[in-house]
Parts: sequence; structure tokens; C-alpha cells
Amino acid sequence: MAKADFEVPELQEYTEVPKYVEGTMAHSSPYVAKPDHNTPLGFPGELVPDWHEKTLEAMGDLLGKYRSFQVYLDSCVKCGACTDKCHYYLGTSDPKNMPVARQDLLRKVYRRYFTFAGKYFPKLVGAADLTREVLDEWYSYFHQCSQCRRCSVFCPYGIDTAEISMAAREILDRIGYGQKYCNEIIAKVHKVGNNLGMPGPAIRDTLDGLEEDVLEETGVAVKYPLDVKGADILFVTPSADFFAEPHIDGLIGYGKVLHECGVSWTFSTKASEAGNFGMFIGSYENMRRVSMRIREAAIDLGVKRIVFGECGHAWRVAYAFLNTLAGPWDFLDPNYPVPQHICEFTWDAIQQGKLKFDKSANDDKVLTFHDSCNVARATRMGDKPGGQFEIPRNVIKAVCNNYVDMEADTIKERTFCCGGGGGLLTDDLMELRVKGIVPRMNALNNVVQEHGVTHMAAICAICKSQFTKVIPYYGFEMDQIVSVHQLVSNAILLTGQGESDDDSDEDDE
Amino acid sequence: MSFLTVVYAVLFYLATAVLVVGVGRKIYVFAKAPAPLKIPTTPAPTTQTGVIMRMFREVVFFESLFKGAKWTWLFGWVFHMGLFLVLLRHARYFQDPVFFPIELIQPFGIYAGFAMVAGLAGLFGRRLLVDRVRYISAPSDYLMLVLLGLIGLSGLMMTFVVHTDIIAVKQFFRGLMTLSLSELPADPILLVHLMLVALLMIIFPISKLLHAPGIFFSPTRNQVDNPREQRHLAEWAKRFEQQ
Repeated sequence: MAKADFEVPELQEYTEVPKYVEGTMAHSSPYVAKPDHNTPLGFPGELVPDWHEKTLEAMGDLLGKYRSFQVYLDSCVKCGACTDKCHYYLGTSDPKNMPVARQDLLRKVYRRYFTFAGKYFPKLVGAADLTREVLDEWYSYFHQCSQCRRCSVFCPYGIDTAEISMAAREILDRIGYGQKYCNEIIAKVHKVGNNLGMPGPAIRDTLDGLEEDVLEETGVAVKYPLDVKGADILFVTPSADFFAEPHIDGLIGYGKVLHECGVSWTFSTKASEAGNFGMFIGSYENMRRVSMRIREAAIDLGVKRIVFGECGHAWRVAYAFLNTLAGPWDFLDPNYPVPQHICEFTWDAIQQGKLKFDKSANDDKVLTFHDSCNVARATRMGDKPGGQFEIPRNVIKAVCNNYVDMEADTIKERTFCCGGGGGLLTDDLMELRVKGIVPRMNALNNVVQEHGVTHMAAICAICKSQFTKVIPYYGFEMDQIVSVHQLVSNAILLTGQGESDDDSDEDDE
Repeated sequence: MSFLTVVYAVLFYLATAVLVVGVGRKIYVFAKAPAPLKIPTTPAPTTQTGVIMRMFREVVFFESLFKGAKWTWLFGWVFHMGLFLVLLRHARYFQDPVFFPIELIQPFGIYAGFAMVAGLAGLFGRRLLVDRVRYISAPSDYLMLVLLGLIGLSGLMMTFVVHTDIIAVKQFFRGLMTLSLSELPADPILLVHLMLVALLMIIFPISKLLHAPGIFFSPTRNQVDNPREQRHLAEWAKRFEQQ
């Protein structure tokens, strides 16, 4: 078990709704961004002296630009339906982690300065002055929301706390009070092309290594191309796929599927990152700048299609925003959706009979699937609503014999966030991450106990990183988390595989 | 014409003006603010017809609330449907002759009054008893329930306890509509009832009652899930395209 300097919650059979305990997470606050992180994004280097005025100015600006922000601040009736839905509330008992209470941190200021009732009867309607304490509380609690949208499923008006969180972070950024983790990463993307700051040669090195590994393992020369002009498909994937476990095993799987389908494809150095942290900080401009790399790469390389690897928030930006931010895609092949998810691609190929599998290759595992929050509640795969639930499951079931779903209240549109989404996947928020994972751990533990589940598959770089790091706190092993395309990779039978190297195959056993 | 009648006449003209102008202004603000990105909570309908169906289920059955909190749904739905029938029943005080459908629902409207008050009591109890809901409640949240409850109770009292001269009340409101003032009966319960209704109309546009128009403008509920097929560029975002 991993060690912690805070109390790690005990797992329960079912996630119980705790009585609230005030202030349990008031100390939680990520590192503040430095001028180096802020200025490349177009934000002031540090907290501006006239922050009070600038905060209200920014709020007013966003009210006019985002209907969601305006409508959601006005429409909440405090019915309480969301109060027991957030994994951070369930894991920390801090009442300010109830979605409505989190929104109210901002709503009380909105009411005070922008509404009649709040201007003249502040006490009556719970309006409050904007003070430095309020600002610090925003910084703390709007960095305890992973923008997973679970609350929005149950709200009678569809109020999405993610929208409020994004607006709050945008306001904080505009006064020079941004978060280091997100802003540093976005600065890296602007400069190098990916979140990890990996230069092109390092990616090529990694891919060379993978080609050797796959050749040795299968006897088939699967290529992992980079910056190949004239390729049909531009493949955009989270940079963690190039080196982290189990992400990289998924990347190996993408390559095998694309190889077996006989399509020409390439990664791009310029667009060597699917993730778009511009969304986390609610910055349309930064999100657009990050998205434009993909457009530029597609034009430079002259591709006809764009396919995305396994990544949750990235898929949201790709599926729901990319057309708006970086479109129109009229120069690409209109016969394919732009962009396409690798699970859509693989599932299509399976249905067309292009792929052959030996499902027994995954017989050492009993699988379950974690629906990534942003894939589940902000995107779709395929033509039909809910395809984002069915298609990854279909792919898993096509390559594995043993599959069990977790409890209905914790999957599909009701899925719980992994606890590290939305720009919170940083070590300075470790306590939050360990506590926020509780509802998912309870559900996983249940299927482990009752159905002998051994592995949980995911299709998001953040989920995979968060789980591998945090599940050891609960007595699980980090390699119990797998990529969906890792399972595909295990089971796929490549054409020519094992034909010429019968003897060497035996040696490996 | 009595002073009281004049006061109430002015009050209702004022309340109606505040309600119409206030809510109209807010709807204009909601409508004018663009939704720059596609953010429907998925799975979401892929067609406009599908969105209309989703909105219908949301507005008529409170679908999302049903998923989220069964007791709140029960009390909330009973209250709102009760209120809806009661409002329909009250239409007869403004129509001459009364439309046939309005006549038909008269008996149901009376029992709906009880449902409405019962629902409100349930919502009040939940607000008081569930620690999480108590935590998020401001004084105005309780007062709103009290206000609606008193309107309901005073209305029921006039039906079942102390009758008022309902013909005269109708003449008063018809008079307001045709700009020919007629005397309002000076029954205390009626006056309380009408005073509270006017108050409700006045605070509507400056309170959380804005959830009524708000739901129709909620992007997570009213957007079609078709972002790959259609670009969705906001007016203010177009300036980035020129760079």
C-alpha cells in the first residue's frame, strides 16, 4: 500500500452519502502559476493590484459570452438533487464540494454585483461581497472540480458545474491567479507541441523502439510512422501514450489495428498531443490555439482523415469542439467523421471482418470498463446516442472472454470521474485525488469481490495515470489498469504472424 | 370607488408590468448571450425533434430530477402540477364566457390546490431536515416556499372555509382588463391572497423563479448533438478566424 500523510478512506460496499463536515478540504489548493506559465497564455504574470475591479469586469464579460454561465447562475433553485452526486463530496464530506455549494461560491458574488435582489437584499438571498478570502476560496474549490458533468445529469435545469468551474478559472487567469499545473502544460504545448514537452526526436526514438518490440513479439513489421507526408490518416493521441504504462500498450494496439487494416497513417510532431488543457481553464482562445496545431498538421501532411487515440477530455474537445474551433474540415475525406475515435475505427474494422483475434490471449483476465467522464457525458461514438458506452464495450468483448460491468449507478451516463480529471492530475492535489477516487474504488472493489474481476480497462490518459498512481492506496496493483487497445493488442492476430518464426515462438514460452 | 380597490388596482397593474417587463428582459438576456460551444449532456438527441422531446420530458415530467432525487421529484412534481391546474382553474376569473376546457377542469383544480400545498410542505420539510439541503438554503429559499404555501392556503380557505364574493372578484379583474374599475370585496383573506400573489409576480424576475424560462435556454438540454456534422461558431468567436 502506498503511504499518505492524510487519512485514506475505507472502502464501503456501497458508496454512502456522508453527513457534511465543514472545511475538511479548505486547505487543498494547487500551486499557483508563475509569470513564466501565465504570460505565454496571454494572462497577467501575477495577481493584478486591481483584481477586485478586474474580477467583476471578467465576470460581466463572460456573462455576455456564455449563455450557460448566465442561465445557470440565474436558474438554480437549490433543490439539492446534485448534493450527493459529486465524487469529491462523497470522498471528502466537505459541503463546498457539493456542486450547488461550489457554484454558490461564485453565484453569491454574481448576485451581489449583478442582480437587484443581491444589491439591495444581500443577506436574504445569500449574496456576498467579493473579498480576498472569497477569491482564495474560489481558487481552492474550483480546483476541486474535475468538470466531469455528473451533476449536470441529475439537475432539473441541466446546470453543469463544469461550466461554472471553467468560467471561474478563466476569471482567475485573467487576474493573474492561475494554476501552475494547467498553465505550465499549455505553455509547453504552445512551444513544443505536446503536454510533456517531448521533442520530435524523442518521439521518433520511442516509436523505433516500439517497432523493434512488435517485430520481435509477432514477427510482423508493424510501422509507427511520424510526420509522413501524404499519409491518409493523421493520428492524434495523448502524449502519455508515448511512454507511460499502460498507455503505451494501447498505442502499440492502435498501430497493430491500423497496420492490419492496411491504411496509411502517421503521427505528427506538431500535433503530438490530443489533450487540450485549454478546456480545463475555460479559455476559448487557448483551447483554439491548441486545436489549431491539429489543423496545421493535417494541412502540412496532406492527410484525408483524423483519428484520435484513447483520451477522455481530448475526445470531448475533438468530438464536440474541434469542428467549431479549427474547422471547417472541407479538405478532408467527407466519407468519414472528423475526427474519428480509435474505438469507432476498430469497431468498424471488427464488424467488417478485417481483424482476427485469439480471445484466449486475454483469458488471464476478468475485465470491467471504466466509462471516462467526458467521453460518457460530453461526446458520442458512432451514429447513435449512447454509442460512447456500447462501442468500447463491444471492442473489449470482441477481444476478451471475461467481461463484467460495475454497478449500474456507477457506469455509463452515471459514471464517476477517476478523481484526477479536469486539470487536477497533479501531485500537489494528491489528497483530493485519493479521496475523489472513492466511489469508483467501491464499485471496482464490489466486482472484484463478487465476480473476480482482475483488471479495469479505460480509454483516457488521465484516468489511466490517476488510477495507476492512486489505486495502490486501496490495496490494488497498478497493473490492474489496462488500455482498451492493449487488450486488442494482446488478442489480435496479424497477417503473417507466427508463420515464419514457429521455432522462435516456442523459445519465448 | 373605495381606496382599497384603487390600491389593489394599482398594485396589480404594477405587478403585471414588473412581471412582463422583468421576465421579458431576462429572456432577452438569455437569448442574446450566445452558446459558443456544443455542450449537450450526452447521450443527447441527434435531431431537433429529439431535442423537443427531451425538453418536453424535462418540463412536463422533470426527467433529470427523477433520476437524481426521488423524494424531491415527488414533492416538486406534485407541487408544480398542482400549481399548473390551479392556475388553469383561475383562468375563469379572467374569461367571459369561460372556455369549455377551463370549465371542465374546475373540480380537479380544487383538489390540485391541496396537492400543491402538500408538495410545498414536503419541499419545506426536506429543506429543513436533510443536512445537505439545509446547508445550501438561503433565507429566501424558505421564504419562497412560505409565500407559495400561504397563497395556496389562503386560496383553499376561500373555497372551503370563508367564502368571498367571487362574482365581484371576477368583475374586479375583468374591470382591470377592460380599464373599467369595479369594487373589490374587502374580505381579509381575499386581500391577503391577492397581496401575496402580487408580491410573487413582482419578485419573479429577480429571483430563482427564473428557472421557469431558464430551462428552455439551458445548452446542456436544448442543443442537438451534431458537432461533427455542423460547425457552431459564435458571433464573438468569429474574430479569431480572421487572424
